[in-house]
Amino acid sequence: MKFSEQWLREWVNPQIDTQELMDQITMAGLEVDGFEPVAGQFSGVVVGEVQSVGPHPDADKLRVCQVSDGASEVQVVCGAPNVREGMKVPFAVVGAVLPGDFKIKKAKLRGQPSEGMLCSESELGLSDNHDGLMELPADAPVGQDVADYLKLNDVTIDVDLTPNRADCLSIKGIAREVGVLNSMLVNSPAIEPVESVHSEVPDIRVEAPAGCPRYLGRILRNVNLQAESPLWMQEKLRRSGIRSIDAAVDVTNYVMLELGQPMHAFDRDEIQGGIVVRMARIGEKLVLLDGQEVELTQGTLVIADHEKPIAIAGVMGGEHSGVSPKTRDLVLESAYFDPITLAGKARHYGLHTDASHRFERGVDYKLARDAMERATRLLMDIVGGEPGEIVEVASDEDIPEDRVVDLRSRRLNDVLGMEIDRTTVEEILTRLGLRVEKLLKDGWRVSVPSFRPDISIEEDLIEEVGRIYGYNNLPVTEPTGSLGLRPEQEAVRPVSAIRNFFVDHGYQEAVTYSFVDPKVQQLVDPDRQGIALANPISSDLSVMRTSLWSGLLKTVAHNQNRQQPRIRLFETGLRFLQEGERIDQQPMLAGVVVGSQYPENWANGRRTADFFDVKGDLESLFSLLGIEIHFVGSQHPALHPGQTAELMRDGEHVGWLGTLHPQVQKNLELNGTILMFELFLNSIVTGYVPNFKEISKFPEVRRDLAIIIGSEVAFADVERVARKHAGEQLTALRAFDVYEGESLGEGNRSLALSLFWQHPERTLNEDEVHSLFNGVIDALKEELGATLRS
Amino acid sequence: MENLEQLVQDGLAAVDSADSLQALDQIRVEYLGKKGVITQQAKTLGKLSAEERPAAGQKINEAKGQVEEAINARRSDLERAAIEQKLASESIDVTLPGRGQDLGGLHPVTRTLQRIEHFFARAGYTVEQGPEIEDDYHNFEALNIPGHHPARAMHDTFYFNPGTLLRTHTSPVQIRTMEAGKPPFRMICPGRVYRCDSDMTHTPMFHQVEGLLVEKNVSFADLKSTVEEFLRVFFERDLQVRFRPSYFPFTEPSAEVDIEWGREADGSIKWLEVMGCGMVHPKVFEYCGIDAEEYRGFAFGLGVERLAMLRYGVNDLRMFFENDLRFLRQFR
Repeated sequence: MKFSEQWLREWVNPQIDTQELMDQITMAGLEVDGFEPVAGQFSGVVVGEVQSVGPHPDADKLRVCQVSDGASEVQVVCGAPNVREGMKVPFAVVGAVLPGDFKIKKAKLRGQPSEGMLCSESELGLSDNHDGLMELPADAPVGQDVADYLKLNDVTIDVDLTPNRADCLSIKGIAREVGVLNSMLVNSPAIEPVESVHSEVPDIRVEAPAGCPRYLGRILRNVNLQAESPLWMQEKLRRSGIRSIDAAVDVTNYVMLELGQPMHAFDRDEIQGGIVVRMARIGEKLVLLDGQEVELTQGTLVIADHEKPIAIAGVMGGEHSGVSPKTRDLVLESAYFDPITLAGKARHYGLHTDASHRFERGVDYKLARDAMERATRLLMDIVGGEPGEIVEVASDEDIPEDRVVDLRSRRLNDVLGMEIDRTTVEEILTRLGLRVEKLLKDGWRVSVPSFRPDISIEEDLIEEVGRIYGYNNLPVTEPTGSLGLRPEQEAVRPVSAIRNFFVDHGYQEAVTYSFVDPKVQQLVDPDRQGIALANPISSDLSVMRTSLWSGLLKTVAHNQNRQQPRIRLFETGLRFLQEGERIDQQPMLAGVVVGSQYPENWANGRRTADFFDVKGDLESLFSLLGIEIHFVGSQHPALHPGQTAELMRDGEHVGWLGTLHPQVQKNLELNGTILMFELFLNSIVTGYVPNFKEISKFPEVRRDLAIIIGSEVAFADVERVARKHAGEQLTALRAFDVYEGESLGEGNRSLALSLFWQHPERTLNEDEVHSLFNGVIDALKEELGATLRS
Repeated sequence: MENLEQLVQDGLAAVDSADSLQALDQIRVEYLGKKGVITQQAKTLGKLSAEERPAAGQKINEAKGQVEEAINARRSDLERAAIEQKLASESIDVTLPGRGQDLGGLHPVTRTLQRIEHFFARAGYTVEQGPEIEDDYHNFEALNIPGHHPARAMHDTFYFNPGTLLRTHTSPVQIRTMEAGKPPFRMICPGRVYRCDSDMTHTPMFHQVEGLLVEKNVSFADLKSTVEEFLRVFFERDLQVRFRPSYFPFTEPSAEVDIEWGREADGSIKWLEVMGCGMVHPKVFEYCGIDAEEYRGFAFGLGVERLAMLRYGVNDLRMFFENDLRFLRQFR
């Protein structure tokens, strides 16, 4: 909410400067977002009176005026269309400095001497309005400094109020806070009932009392809406961020800003029959004040006449029933609308108005009558007219109940962590308008005023006391609760260990969005449908990822487009799957590698990273985690059909490793061979706790063999067969060479293996090793069709 | 025996001129070997009388010793020279860069999260995780934000359907943890959160850490110390911290936390909002089945990217999710 500091100081005027005032209210929980002077910096501008206006001999659009500054009369050439004789205007005399350091000097315009300048609002930094001269009231004293006359030594303060503080959406509310903070009494305008001069009253029927527990209407006859709002009112509105429209709108806005009660004025002649407050009927339409036509939906509270809706209650009036300069009779509305009924309604129609903002947060449910009297008086001062009686339709059972809340001093002290003496507590409560009804043995019974809908439980009062006492005046103590130590499983490695592993192996961690481009996801995971957001921020962030690959590949593209050819990334995070009714959110670990295996330098060469580089990294990870993973040749729609491994642990699928399918790569416009992996984090983090085995004192024996075998036979099968026949004392089996070449015949390759044996309790003899070795060779021949390479 | 003198002289000269270990060895054989010319002199001893023999024998031994000493000296010279030559040939340019993999790095968000987690782990807080696709109940309702609440407008929520959404904060994890356990609690809930907002200063996804402490006897004063200490440890500075009244539906009293961040032009402290906090609202305890008369709690929440930006001087929030390597590499 924006307001003028001067206006506030009419209500309460502590002897502190603007900055201190803003700091004070910020620290009370009404956060000041900013402030702005209400006018530009200028000097030498006085109230001038235009004595005469004559034509310019050489320019059609210019006028030659005689202007009085109170002391003397000078000639001023003026181009404003609205200049006229007798008008009072801001007059920048020779020597004046206008905003932007614009100095006024004697000049000649098209040959005519001009001593000074007549100003528009925009030239003084008051507003953007540069349509014509700013007209000052007829009684403005000629010669007085305009800055003094308009009291421009003022700032607009913008407070960003939290949604609970509806009571501060008015000068009255903010003044109350400032009064409490400075222990000062607050002035308020006397509001007296306006005596009616006729018996005409609006016909009001409230059919939806839950949504509108209180509705007040009054007829003001024979008004003159040609009359303009007084300058002081226009200025207060302007300095509070509201543009002056006409007297009726200005006054309702003024009362809203001053007291916090949004109001509305209807043209009585446009109301057919009477006013009905009811829920909208399906299909009803209404053209709003801003010109847009809306189709009303169920659950919308409307103000209607006997034929049609004329306003969305508490949000915006209709165009048709609004006041115009021709309006003769007004119907004024002042109501209490239920916040829950109005919640979200404005937004539903794409609106957010000063009224809806206040009603949704809760307007003082006892304020409507005072506001009506205040508005009537202010209006009559401007537009005249004959007031009638106020008609009030109220549903007692729907009006919020007055609340009484007990505050225990023990509880207050326990929550705040210090004892605050009773008189201080009582003073804070009282100044906030919270009446202490009764002193209790250990505390107070407090009645809550109607303007504080946010207070209904003890904690609300504790917060009020703490807030006004000052959070920064409360002590600072350490929590004293004892800490039980929590169990920790040694076999489960923390994700941080996995992250560090990848960092140590040259991978950079990425964090990509959980929602991705469905087109990219379709390429990397075509068999699944990502869960779609109902209100995505954009189409390329519209479905939840089913694989971390979508985001990582997008990251590859981003970096390849920025001359980064060598990319090694990993990410951890959830993927999201729709499994029937259930949503599965699985923690994943994924990575992508493209470019040279090592950073390019004189010693590392430029070898491109391949499948086995990444597989080696994963194997190292698995030994870090203490788990055994099998890589099984497989197929995945996003991966190269000949370079895809499914990762298995104890027969369970735990992830994928492979080369991105060249077609997918092309579609994504990526370069290079792209290696990718993705694993279920939960399937790999649990390993084992080491269990010591005796170290053998006896020598290890090594035997090497080379076989020629069909290329289609997997090394894993060779290993399996060899291990099966190598006996219990086999300690290791390694492939130390793999070769394919013409000399071996088509479809064959050569595999060189070394086998190691060691017995824990004795030296193995030559015969034993020989027989095991031959057993392995025979099995490889028989079971896999291998031949020994000579 | 005059011959012996001469032989020694010749031998020493030969040793002197030997230019390799092999040549030297040859000289040794030639003079001192079994058939060496000096060794052979011993044969002449037989021709001498018993009185002359010891003196002559000693002379021969002395001669052998003289030559041997020269050979040894020459050998170590030659060996030293050989080693030096080998070393000289083996010298490398130690200024060339090393071989092998370079180091990757943690994402700055992770790096920041780890520092936060580490601080609270030392103070006995557990780290709790929860779903990111949440239901309305845990994200709003149980946190005292009913459907019509204006605070919902502060959360620009991504929805899948009216009851299912992307969590807008990590507070629902606190609810889930309280539902599943019994007080006391000390926990932090780090993780991704989502708001339907994207501009210079907002990304639709970011990270939060929310903390919760529930014990029998805890006060706003305890909350203050926890928050102040954390901020001073995090920024490694004895900075001023202030608590400004604010509003969150799930805490009461509630505060925003500002830290001292430089000075204004007039010399006053420039305050920067970094966190929100407060005492757990009794309604929240009620939803979780905890007796608010017996237990009290405090909660706090902070934006990880915001702290990372302040800590590392990052000036554009969006960079965290572009994953540009030139950005990421600065945080290894």
